[in-house]
Amino acid sequence: MTPPVTAAPPTAFHRKRPVKKIGVLGWLHANLFSSLFNTVLTLLVLGLLVWAVPPILDWAFIDAVWHGTTREACETVGGACWPFIFQRFGQIVYGFYDEAARWRVDVVYVFGAVGLAWLMIPSLPRKGWVGAALLTLYPLVSFVLLSGGWFGLPVVSTEKWGGLLLTLVVAAVGIVASLPLGVLLALGRRSTLPVVRILSVVFIEVWRGVPMITVLFMASSMLPLFLPDGLELDKLVRALIAVALFNAAYMAEVIRGGLQALPRGQYEGAAALGFGYWQSTALIVLPQALRTVLPDIVNNMISMFKDTSLVSIIGFFDLLGVIQAGATDVDWTGPNTALTGYLFAGALYWVFCFSMSRYSASLERQLSQGDRR
Amino acid sequence: MAITVLQMSKHRAAWRDTHWRSIILQALVLLALAVLAAWMIGNVTTALSHRHVASGFAFLDHTAGFGIAQTLIDYTEESSYGRAMWVGLANTVLVSVISIVLSTVIGFIVGIGRLSSNWLVAKLCTAYVELLRNMPLLLQLLFWYFGVLAALPGPRESLTLGSGIALNNRGLFIPLLVQQSGSWLVWLGIFAGIAIAWGLYRWAGKRQHDTGHRPTVWWAMLLAIFALPAAVLYATGVPFTVSWPELTGFNYSGGLQVIPELAGLTLALSIYTAAYIAEIVRAGLLSVARGQHEAAQALGLRHTHSLRLVLVPQALRVIIPPLASEYLSLTKNSSLAIVIGYPDLVSVFAGTVLNQTGQAIEILSMVMAIYLTLSLIVSLLMNLYNRAHAGQDAR
Repeated sequence: MTPPVTAAPPTAFHRKRPVKKIGVLGWLHANLFSSLFNTVLTLLVLGLLVWAVPPILDWAFIDAVWHGTTREACETVGGACWPFIFQRFGQIVYGFYDEAARWRVDVVYVFGAVGLAWLMIPSLPRKGWVGAALLTLYPLVSFVLLSGGWFGLPVVSTEKWGGLLLTLVVAAVGIVASLPLGVLLALGRRSTLPVVRILSVVFIEVWRGVPMITVLFMASSMLPLFLPDGLELDKLVRALIAVALFNAAYMAEVIRGGLQALPRGQYEGAAALGFGYWQSTALIVLPQALRTVLPDIVNNMISMFKDTSLVSIIGFFDLLGVIQAGATDVDWTGPNTALTGYLFAGALYWVFCFSMSRYSASLERQLSQGDRR
Repeated sequence: MAITVLQMSKHRAAWRDTHWRSIILQALVLLALAVLAAWMIGNVTTALSHRHVASGFAFLDHTAGFGIAQTLIDYTEESSYGRAMWVGLANTVLVSVISIVLSTVIGFIVGIGRLSSNWLVAKLCTAYVELLRNMPLLLQLLFWYFGVLAALPGPRESLTLGSGIALNNRGLFIPLLVQQSGSWLVWLGIFAGIAIAWGLYRWAGKRQHDTGHRPTVWWAMLLAIFALPAAVLYATGVPFTVSWPELTGFNYSGGLQVIPELAGLTLALSIYTAAYIAEIVRAGLLSVARGQHEAAQALGLRHTHSLRLVLVPQALRVIIPPLASEYLSLTKNSSLAIVIGYPDLVSVFAGTVLNQTGQAIEILSMVMAIYLTLSLIVSLLMNLYNRAHAGQDAR
């Protein structure tokens, strides 16, 4: 006969082992298999990935053609046709720019890249000067280099500009011109002068209300009618005007957001110091307003950059235009050629836009640091 | 008194006085604008007289003489240019409405998916957004149309789903419901059923509000929605027939053909816009303060109820205004149709008609006016919505 043992409360022994929350298995349980629903979801997504990803990789790399110089090389194989990209690489980067003068494009590329890198690397000094040079000096130098006609540089007509060069030119002009115009329009929209305010509102809302393609059509087929008979504007210049005005309207709305976000006290403080309108705007209001909306300005630049592809519709051979022209060229036409071209162009656009969006996100974090105490 | 005298005696130049200065400035702006307008109008008149182009809108009544691949309203080659414009506008509206519905569905799924506790789902949805948002829509459109749809097999080797649905490089073929005489009675029955069900729902809600007891009405609602139309359908002797797509010779006939241009444009627009909508939905859900969910739990609401009654209404208030502007930009983006030849407003009117008539100013102004009107209607609706919700906050 054993005496009854007073047992400890059974729960302490019989309670289930707690679910492991650390280590690989713990992570898997918490993030992928925490419930029946989650398990089913995980398996479905895994199935989708297994079904879709390997064939795409196969097509792009393993079954792809890497060597050869003509369409014939790609005809027998069911994969990507990379010779198309290699053969057309010059066109993709420079368009139909004279080969002897392509160094000028390279110089413009290098200056632009160095300037932008300088602005984005936080530890480098004198950001204000570099930024100002990028907005004023750089466009001038690039214009002289690209179009030629000065300092003994032979002229390269804008009809020969194309590929990535044209895409970047359109994007840069759109961005650089739309900033000051957008600031003016945003200020005009908040002006106390009724005439200025109404004109700004009408301008902004009309441009924002219509598709960009109609604005480009206007530039290509309507604008010449509005100019005097003798004056012939270059086709590219007309398109650039349209792009700049169109983007200025969007930029104005972004900047207006910054102006509205500025506390009233800032305006009152400036007035109390005896500042006039332009003084308070230039020294107090704009520096703060532009700073707050800097991430949105960069986001706006992303959509401008993507929208440059629309100039291919009015007959320019920008990055996408060159690819599309190549893919429909009899020398290269074929289903895999077109897809390879889109894949390559897409990757290029993606790298530009994604890095801009990362930059915008990091700006947002930096700017909000002051608010997070 | 002394101050007034002092002010009176001090003669200030007009440009130093803010009041006068603002008037002068505005007058100058107006003057500059008038001069610019006069100069441009002068240039246009000379240019038009040199080119012997008759300005005005008389061309709208002239015979178009070209066919359109997809017409939602009656149109033949003998129809007028004005009629062609309406055909194009109808096609724009069609592709926009379909794409808006699809992009909203995909966008909400992806947006909610990005906030999922399931790591794989969240990452996949993030990848979707980051991949598609950072590539031009035009590129995606070319990819879907020339890369994917054009690579589909011909009609004889169509991809088929059962016997009713076929997909090939001529488009998507699906069965079509053909209405016979008396079919309007069935439609009337369907609408009446929905109206009755809605009325029952409202009545039950009112009873619950007044007495605290909610009468059971779901079976009556089901009856109204399904049994009523079924009864009408039976009574009228099924006034519908189905037209099945069939392979005859080299192409399909019968059924409803979705032209590849429409399919490509819809795919590109919905998949691209969905990435933006997903971000809007995510931001809206994140904007609802954490405490709201906890408070709903503390009140004893079930998860679905706290979603439906507490979280979603607050998130929607943040989601709907940017969603509306996203729909608007989708509609404007549908003008890229011209690249693949889908006959939308821009492609038919600012493309074909403009090339045939050369009336650039008239046509482009009309197209821009139509898009502007659409934009203004949407922003008007948005203002009404915002006002209604501002009122709710005030209460």
